[in-house]
Amino acid sequence: MTLEAFLLLAAALFAVGLYGALSQQSIVMLMMGLELMINGLIVAGGAFWYFLAPGTADGQVLVLVAVTVMALEMAMGFAVVTAIFRAREVDMTDDAGDLSG
Amino acid sequence: MAVAFWILAAVSVAAGIAVFVVDSMARATFALLASLLAVGLAFLLIDLQYLGVLIILMMVMEMLIMAVFMIMYMMNPAGLMPMKMVHNNRVAALVAGAVFALLAVGIFLTPWPRRRGEPPADPTHALGLSIMGPKMLVMMVIGVAILATMISTVVLATHRGRYDRYGDDLTRRPPDDPGPGHAHSPQPPVEHHHACGAPNPGEERT
Repeated sequence: MTLEAFLLLAAALFAVGLYGALSQQSIVMLMMGLELMINGLIVAGGAFWYFLAPGTADGQVLVLVAVTVMALEMAMGFAVVTAIFRAREVDMTDDAGDLSG
Repeated sequence: MAVAFWILAAVSVAAGIAVFVVDSMARATFALLASLLAVGLAFLLIDLQYLGVLIILMMVMEMLIMAVFMIMYMMNPAGLMPMKMVHNNRVAALVAGAVFALLAVGIFLTPWPRRRGEPPADPTHALGLSIMGPKMLVMMVIGVAILATMISTVVLATHRGRYDRYGDDLTRRPPDDPGPGHAHSPQPPVEHHHACGAPNPGEERT
């Protein structure tokens, strides 16, 4: 159990989440990818606290923020999906390309 | 400890991959929950009992709420048909693999600093003192962010608010309501009231 092992887990979760966020067509499935990416960040934050700087609580505070961000991201994401579905019956990313350059 | 960690890590990543493999969004949600639970349990191995239990409890509730929404948006009830809704699949997989490789190389090549300090006897106590002391600004920002999220989610998810009914300056009378009422009735109510000679409640104000 080393820092590298924990960071490897974090990187794997982040990469899997990135794949989901890039590839999924359904907006709600895309959000699952984002959640997985934040999950990786949480692992990295906890590992940095324990293996590098356990003297102060900074790493723990970071994890706390990341967990909150995760919940807020889910809430805002579903509100946006609900709003866009109400307005245009759209729940796929390909149909919501208003901002595509 | 090491064995437990590697088992939890394997479970976490496998469940994370399962999120995008299973045929139903509800199953995907529970796969994500399994991944998060494994992470929460891994936190128990590095003395973060409070945060580990917090992640477990919070994510159980979050994913249960999420499951309701996922079922709501699920176009494939019960997962009886294969569900594969992806675009640009190969590029996405390549990018994800490249990012993982890059991160892994960085992880093993970086000369990480030596550990400073020892974990306190009670990390939860240290966290509590921190967020109620020097890190209080973080907690205040989190609180405001949660409040802002609550307000914006309600605003976004509201079907018809007062601005839809009364217009942008809230002066439209009668309100623009669907269904039987003034705005969308087949006969224009203004004409009707004029013909009867009855006062129009909406007109009196203008």
